[in-house]
Amino acid sequence: MSDALIMALPTITGRSLRLSLRSPDALLTALLLPVMLMVVFVYLFGGAVAIGTSYVEYVVPGVLLLCAITGASTTAVTVCQDMTGGIIDRFRSLDVPGTVLLAGHVTASLLRNLVSTVLVAAVAVGIGFRPHSDPARLAAATGVLLLFVAAVSWLAAAFGLAVSAPEAANGAMFFLMFLSYASSAFVPVRTMPWWLRGFARHQPATPVTETLRGLLLGQPAGGQVVAALAWSGGILAASVLLSMVLFRRRTA
Amino acid sequence: MGAVSSSDLRVLRGSVFALLGPNGAGKTTTVRILATLSRADAGQARVAGFDVDRDRRQVRRHISLTGQFAALDAAQTGEENLRMIGRLAGLPRAAARRRAAELLEQFDLAPAAGRRVGTYSGGMRRRLDLAASLTGRPAVIFLDEPTTGLDPQSRLTTWRAITGLAADGVTVFLTTQYLDEADRLADQIAVLNGGLLVAAGTAAELKRRVAPQRLDLTCPTPTAFDQVRSRLTHRVVHLDTAARTVGVATDGSAAQVRALLDQADPSRDLVASFAVRGATLDDVFFTLTAPAAAPAAAPAQEAAHV
Repeated sequence: MSDALIMALPTITGRSLRLSLRSPDALLTALLLPVMLMVVFVYLFGGAVAIGTSYVEYVVPGVLLLCAITGASTTAVTVCQDMTGGIIDRFRSLDVPGTVLLAGHVTASLLRNLVSTVLVAAVAVGIGFRPHSDPARLAAATGVLLLFVAAVSWLAAAFGLAVSAPEAANGAMFFLMFLSYASSAFVPVRTMPWWLRGFARHQPATPVTETLRGLLLGQPAGGQVVAALAWSGGILAASVLLSMVLFRRRTA
Repeated sequence: MGAVSSSDLRVLRGSVFALLGPNGAGKTTTVRILATLSRADAGQARVAGFDVDRDRRQVRRHISLTGQFAALDAAQTGEENLRMIGRLAGLPRAAARRRAAELLEQFDLAPAAGRRVGTYSGGMRRRLDLAASLTGRPAVIFLDEPTTGLDPQSRLTTWRAITGLAADGVTVFLTTQYLDEADRLADQIAVLNGGLLVAAGTAAELKRRVAPQRLDLTCPTPTAFDQVRSRLTHRVVHLDTAARTVGVATDGSAAQVRALLDQADPSRDLVASFAVRGATLDDVFFTLTAPAAAPAAAPAQEAAHV
């Protein structure tokens, strides 16, 4: 398993990246959707949101999170396409382990997200976002974000294994995007109706956003860091296990 | 799997073997079991000397499967697909590149090497799929309906490629619904119907068994029908219980027809009428795979050696 993994992973990852580059509509969606959403939030809704500080500053970490979610959730579609096409038989008869195939998709997703995050961050700076941070904290923020992307990508991969058509796999994105709307990503939790606050505070998107906010704006992030890492790590571990089970069931 | 109940097959190294049968006969199931992609719930099979259930990894190292749907990435070029498969088969980077070029040349795909597979015609895709299956130099190659849906020209090109494989010493196990294809390519043919092996042998043997003519004996009573059927046993190629007709293979000569009548009906009261019909190759196939045909070989022990 381990030497097969080392042998096959770069090849499989290279393939996944090539496939992402050659699906221009999906790539454009992944790159432009977060930028457009940021523009929408800052310029259309921003004027109506009074939270005491500049809304650009408040919303950029949330948009980075949304960007991570939309980018990572496309993994569900690519995994599902692989499972429903003829190529899976080729990989199986070449003895490519299921984990390697999925890890290739997740690695490609991480690289795609790195690009889209840089793009969103650049646009953010262009419209007035000024981080109060230092290189160490920026690196920490990137690490937190990437761990979250890895977790969501594996979760999406498991979703892609569980559904039978790529169209259905697309649904993963909308479900996961809802997590970012019902969190502190775009508006403070205290402005939500009381029955939503409990959920909003105790779901992964909120601590991850708050951690990013803390690290980028030079505010103390405190206990949110631990919660963010625990959520991401937990989702990652559970999704890897779940997808291994699903892959085995799918190809038995 | 339950779909294929018992098939006793043995395929010689370096030969072409055809599993012939109509849709739903269990051909794909058989091939998927042999190629370790599905598990059989009973019986055993060995491929390249390894048990398909216990030594999956070893089997996979020696075989490759080309299914009915091209196992390729439409968004990658032909060359990229082959290089990727070469790397996954364990070739170093440079060797994978060389092998890809070699195969593209061999399958007349060199001019299309840099085009995405999505733009290929059905025949080109099928040939690239075949080339992909050969990347790791397998000892045994499984081809599931390699020419289904191809135009006549692509069909000929694919046939040439398959004949070339066998000439290189690769054992080819193919499935087909076309008798002419099996006839043309295969050293050994097995006919599968409803999950049962109904006949096996060389093309010549199969033709001899059922062709060129069929003698239909119609019996006056169901009892006579049963008696005639049991007297002729292995020669029977056609049974029609409702019409009480038993069909046997014959060369159509007067001497053989007379001998068959004597064998079927020594007391001269079991056969009411007879007819001799010409049989075509398609009749042979139809006869062997028609629901009424009695299984000619249904061994209790399931074993397959490829």
